[in-house]
Amino acid sequence: MTQQAPTAADGALSRDGIAGRAAADLRDGDVVNLGVGIPLLVPAHLSPGVEVILHAENGVLGLGSPPPPELADPDLTDAGKQPASLITGAAIVDSAMSFAIVRGGHLDVTMLGALQVSGRGDLANWYVPGRSPAVGGAMDLVAGAREVWVVMEHTDRAGRPKIVEECTFPLTGREVVTRVYTDLAVFHITGGKLRLTECAPGVCPQAVRERTGASYTEDL
Amino acid sequence: MIDKFREDVLSALDAVPSGASLAVGGFGSSGRPDTLLDALCDLDRRDLHLIVNNVGSDFTGVGRMLAEGRIRRLTASFPVLPEFYDEYFAGRVEFELVPQGTLAERLRAGGSGIPAFYTPSGAGTMLSDGSFALRYAPDGGVAERMAVRETRVFGGREHVLEYGIVADFGLVRAYQGDRKGNLRFRLSARNFNPLAGMAGRRVFAEVQHLLDGGDLRPDDIHLPGVFVDDVLLASAASPKQPTIPEVTR
Repeated sequence: MTQQAPTAADGALSRDGIAGRAAADLRDGDVVNLGVGIPLLVPAHLSPGVEVILHAENGVLGLGSPPPPELADPDLTDAGKQPASLITGAAIVDSAMSFAIVRGGHLDVTMLGALQVSGRGDLANWYVPGRSPAVGGAMDLVAGAREVWVVMEHTDRAGRPKIVEECTFPLTGREVVTRVYTDLAVFHITGGKLRLTECAPGVCPQAVRERTGASYTEDL
Repeated sequence: MIDKFREDVLSALDAVPSGASLAVGGFGSSGRPDTLLDALCDLDRRDLHLIVNNVGSDFTGVGRMLAEGRIRRLTASFPVLPEFYDEYFAGRVEFELVPQGTLAERLRAGGSGIPAFYTPSGAGTMLSDGSFALRYAPDGGVAERMAVRETRVFGGREHVLEYGIVADFGLVRAYQGDRKGNLRFRLSARNFNPLAGMAGRRVFAEVQHLLDGGDLRPDDIHLPGVFVDDVLLASAASPKQPTIPEVTR
């Protein structure tokens, strides 16, 4: 694999651009859980007419926009423990019911950041050895959601590919990722096979290939 | 006549000995029973096994227990507090790391007479293959690892066997309660509270409001009094305690 200098490829999307690209694929009525990082930018990019129900692990179905400080309520937080609001028609459940929704296949999509994704769809996103281990709901989300979309920068800060043949960081789940949205491209993973379906506007397939550590087929 | 209300928090909590296991409600500080946790600190209980989703982000509630060196073992999904990890890596606190949904279901199962169940969460990861360090030795080596989970394939997917949790005590915080022990929670402060209430052999509930002279309406009860033994009033003051600047051991 050719190591590239950590400079952005021409045409690479911003973080908001990645979020906007992923948001465009959500369908009206989807129930969605958003992880920290770029996924949290997704709600601002939803098309008019596409209503999604946002799920939070601590038992909220129907999260609204963050409230102004004077309306913050310690009894209403999101999964990041930040003040939250509810949409009309929201529901509150306990943590067991919240994860029954997750594992029971009632969540259409979970969008997560990643340290690494393998070509087979293995995901590593919970633990960097040597740092402080904490998992939260990540393993339940990838095990249970109908679709697992990784939304991330294509390479790490040193310019190394994050889409790899085999993950070297500890796994969150095996063969769980169904799509990958990055600043350079969109990949789909079906039956353990990685497929490039789209390059960002102005990004050429060669630039994607040079920055991707797993083999894949092109289906542009 | 059934009356589970107790005026005096310290004399009620005196029933909890050092060394006990405690299932505790709350998600961070939201819905966390700080009145009960503070009482156990004031009673100088130690060597406790806490089953709780988070330590929290400061030295209140579970964080106070940690700072005062009262926790022997933590079963949790997302501790957060950096000082917790200092204690863990130094070998002074055992850490059983559990996926959040597995933790919730283990409490629900334990309280429901289900000794174990299979879940896909954590299959093929460090949290089921026996590699995660449960306890460090003082020299920094791993003294003990988490148990290898039994596995079984259902529908072509690997699942892991997880055990229900029955704790010696459950500690919960509710918005409203009545003298029969019926509880109602408010918004996302519900979280792990009904489950901690189910999993404890004896359950203490601190309530923000005691419905005196009238019970909760049947349809409004989130956890029925059959699970609850003692109802206490949450301290009127903010649940936040003064920050303890340093972890002392």
